[in-house]
Amino acid sequence: MLGINIAFIVVLVVVAYTVLAERRILAFIQGRVGPNRVGPAGLLQPFADLLKFILKEEIVPDKSTKFVYVLAPIIAIVAALMTLIVYPFGPTINLPFFGPVSLVVARMDIALLYVLGITSVGVYGIALAGWSSNNKYSLMGGLRAAAQMISYELSLGLSLVGVVMMSGTLDLYNIVEQQSGWFGLNWNIIYQPLGFIIYLISAIAETNRVPFDLPEAETELVAGFHTEYSAMKFALFFMAEYVNMFTVSMLATTLFLGGWNGPGVAQFPVLGVFYFFGKIVFFLFLYIWLRGTLPRFRFDQLMNFGWKFLLPVAILNIILTATVIFFLS
Amino acid sequence: MFEPTALLFILFAGLALGCAVSLVAQRNPLYCAISLIGVFVALAGLYILLAAPFIAAVQVIVYAGAIMVLVIFVIMLLNVEEEEHRPLNWRFISAAIALGAILFAEAAFVLFFVNTPRSVQLSSEAPTAGLTASIGTGLFTEYLLPFEITSVLILMAIVGAMSLARRVGLVPRSASALAQMAADNQSTGGGNLRPVDARQIIQPGNTEATGQAMAQMQIERGEAAAPAPDKEQDG
Repeated sequence: MLGINIAFIVVLVVVAYTVLAERRILAFIQGRVGPNRVGPAGLLQPFADLLKFILKEEIVPDKSTKFVYVLAPIIAIVAALMTLIVYPFGPTINLPFFGPVSLVVARMDIALLYVLGITSVGVYGIALAGWSSNNKYSLMGGLRAAAQMISYELSLGLSLVGVVMMSGTLDLYNIVEQQSGWFGLNWNIIYQPLGFIIYLISAIAETNRVPFDLPEAETELVAGFHTEYSAMKFALFFMAEYVNMFTVSMLATTLFLGGWNGPGVAQFPVLGVFYFFGKIVFFLFLYIWLRGTLPRFRFDQLMNFGWKFLLPVAILNIILTATVIFFLS
Repeated sequence: MFEPTALLFILFAGLALGCAVSLVAQRNPLYCAISLIGVFVALAGLYILLAAPFIAAVQVIVYAGAIMVLVIFVIMLLNVEEEEHRPLNWRFISAAIALGAILFAEAAFVLFFVNTPRSVQLSSEAPTAGLTASIGTGLFTEYLLPFEITSVLILMAIVGAMSLARRVGLVPRSASALAQMAADNQSTGGGNLRPVDARQIIQPGNTEATGQAMAQMQIERGEAAAPAPDKEQDG
């Protein structure tokens, strides 16, 4: 229980500061200053935002389907947070008074499948939000989100099969341990570069971020699936999006970049936590950088790219990996 | 006091039963679909209690994550109305009672007449039956033939679905077929249809041509003013 609470608090704080970092970095890219008034250099801005979200009036559209309308943001945030428990945040460390502490909340035989399963449930939050709001822009956003997420989920899952074939386990802790040693040359990204690129692209599409943010394309759909949401319900969707960014970054780090591995971890295991979060911060920065740089896809381009390019390349990656493993063993 | 496992079983079983009743009783198709998702998730919880985590994960990924998303997608896309109440039909009710009685009898038979020694489950060695590795090994050694036959069956179903979906009228027309249509149209006069010129057919994604065609159409309908002819340069 304590582990779950600590993981939630740490992740939610990181997520809150990701939002601030996104605003500051986007401002830097666009030659602006960004929020810098609340606290030193704007560091208290997330708390001001949260307070504002809580104090705003909840507006429920008159002809919406009330039950589903309330249920949708709950599904979104629960599905986003549930995957946190299987990630190894670091190796087992020795605390002065507590003895050895494992930095993974729940080690499972099926951790990777669990992550994929919970992620695939997350699409309901967005689809149901779009449907229940009784607004055509919301509905279009919800439909787009459902179509996009089930399309890119396939290539996301298939891009991970190569890693699973190499490591022979679905347990994330074991996968990380197998990547230790050899000064980083055991990281899966070196053996699975194609799988890593496919995963990265699919993960960006799966989290509905630029350049795949069609479900909330503001030039066409006002705000997409969350047009009718206000106050804390909107904040839940917003948080779910950033928690999802965080979890797909964690999965990329765990599976491809060696998790908590880094120089000196064998002597000082605590360093592993910092390496882990450092790699995640790199991915989060990549997300923000892309948002400041790339334009949005058109919907037919998105579908063609997902089904006609990404999926065949992912299958090709599996075949290549299987062939190499067969001839090496 | 109950064991935690028993409490979890009661929780998930109750959730599954409640969602199942709601699935049958609801009139709004979307509520029915949400109830069915609830049933699947609760069943996944029961599978985990039975030490079969792989089946639980696959249950959520395949049924809750893929199939039901498609069902909800279709319900949203077609905007299916609520079903109206129909008067009760005694034929259906009697059939339902008969089938329910058979199911109940089966359950009772298994409960009272099939002897399963309880002690077998509590063997000393760690159970490996539900784990991913043992399922994978089993599928690719002992049960390879059923596995391959099932794969062929699924492939057949996919091909069948494709061929049903791509009926003649819905096949995306290639440019040459469109040109042929345009030629036919002009030779027969085309009835009330506007004669189609093969050059006018705009490929999807050609935004410039789409914009020009829209503008042309609006000008023809009188919704927009034609662009003024170029003014002569004043001296």
